[in-house]
Amino acid sequence: MPSQYVIHLAVMILFFAYLGAAWNILGGYAGQFSFGHAAFFGLGAYTSTLLHIHYGVSPWIGMALGGLAGVLLGLGSGFLSFRYGLRGPYFALVMLAFAEMLRLLFETWMSRSYPLGLPIPLKGTSLLDFQFRDKGHYFYIILVMLIAVTWLCHRLARSRVGAYWMAIRDNEEAAQALGIDAFAYKLLAMAISAFLTALGGTFYAQYFLTLEVNELFGVQISVEILLSAIIGGAGTVFGPLVGAVALQLLSEVTRVYVRAFSGFDLMVYGGVLILVIIFLPQGLLEGMRRPYRAMARALST
Amino acid sequence: MALLELAGVSRSFGGVRAVNALSFAVPEGEIVGLIGPNGSGKTTVFNLISGVFLPNQGTLTFAGASLIGRKPHEICRLGIGRTFQIVQPFNSLTVLENVRVGAFRTIGDPDRAAHEADAVLRLVGLSHKREALPPSLTIADRKRLELARALATRPRLLLLDEVMAGLRPAETLEMLELARRIHASGVTLLVIEHVMRAVMSLSHRILVLHHGEKLAEGTPQEVSRDPEVIRAYLGEEYRPA
Repeated sequence: MPSQYVIHLAVMILFFAYLGAAWNILGGYAGQFSFGHAAFFGLGAYTSTLLHIHYGVSPWIGMALGGLAGVLLGLGSGFLSFRYGLRGPYFALVMLAFAEMLRLLFETWMSRSYPLGLPIPLKGTSLLDFQFRDKGHYFYIILVMLIAVTWLCHRLARSRVGAYWMAIRDNEEAAQALGIDAFAYKLLAMAISAFLTALGGTFYAQYFLTLEVNELFGVQISVEILLSAIIGGAGTVFGPLVGAVALQLLSEVTRVYVRAFSGFDLMVYGGVLILVIIFLPQGLLEGMRRPYRAMARALST
Repeated sequence: MALLELAGVSRSFGGVRAVNALSFAVPEGEIVGLIGPNGSGKTTVFNLISGVFLPNQGTLTFAGASLIGRKPHEICRLGIGRTFQIVQPFNSLTVLENVRVGAFRTIGDPDRAAHEADAVLRLVGLSHKREALPPSLTIADRKRLELARALATRPRLLLLDEVMAGLRPAETLEMLELARRIHASGVTLLVIEHVMRAVMSLSHRILVLHHGEKLAEGTPQEVSRDPEVIRAYLGEEYRPA
């Protein structure tokens, strides 16, 4: 029986792999670099939790409704951004602004009723309640979620939809000249990505059983979501998983072993990130493949 | 009735009239060459037809349907394909995947679309590069890829924007041969070209633009004898063979 600490670490790895994969659909495949996925994440968490506390709605149903709320927000923010042709850094910043707007909105809203954060009362410990004393159950839930999203990415990447997303990412004008409705396909990527990210928010809420506005809507979570995908390899099926393993282990190792002074571990963490981005801009997955390709080339000549 | 018809089309950018009261028609099954000095408005005409720009005045019709206000992807779906003067490949996708994006317009199944893309690659002579990434291709092969991708959408009318520019003489001849083969398969062509010998031998009819206006129109022989054209564009030293 592994310790609760090891299980927690495993849950965090799968959790960020899941969120990275959800981000990857929009940011990696469709090439629309969102810097504000916290908006969907927080919205999902608060939708299911508030419905649960105030109306007794099951967190599972709340999770689906939170996902739908994410879709609506995604379509709304996507419509405004894509209609006015925002791309690259401009799109990233507008998404950041949407997340910040929601953060301030929820802060104002929540600070009156729940100044110390929103606690989720313990109802019971069963699958139906989405609450467990043993972290192992959460592990299996997030594992299933990760497998589902990875399978979805695998399917999408090989389909017409995936090919169209990658075409838009590489060259939007050329894609349109080949009959692709770039606006509609970007909105589709946004809706799927927002839906999945919002589901992740509900998982987070049920796992930690307490919600704090700045943690759920903050820039920190937006960055953590996209980092797994980018470090592992944006636009690849297994990149987010590879990235999440690397980042969570790195974060744990630096936190536990590197403590010359307060904050030193974060500096080391940041330093390693910079090195990876400089030397492996395509991500770790591509970095691991490179020696194999070089070998294959050497053997074939 | 002509396949493509422009009537009184004008487009200004700021104070510059890029295209001025231009009217011409492309009958189905023809190869029409569009020539003119740099800045005469050729590429703007392509961008007006393919929906990148809206005209300020005039009408554009394709197979009886107005093109005004349609977006580029809708115009592609009507049956007009185009290449870009500066090639615009999808750089992270292989040659085959690039062409498959075009094939996906009419074929939803990934394997069948790849099959179709393979057939188009054979036609343009790029099969041996199917797994290559566009940045590793020569200029001639990138132009072929550009052509293959547009062709894979199965257009009725194909707009070719300087597909022979920057090619060596042997490559130009190959491209000329390829354009003829595409035409023979039933595709109408509207061709912008700077390589005079090529466009003259390829086109059934030639349209000469100058300062956004139609300077002359006719068979290659007629146009190359037109004194206006010679003065404006070909230069005094050009003599038809």
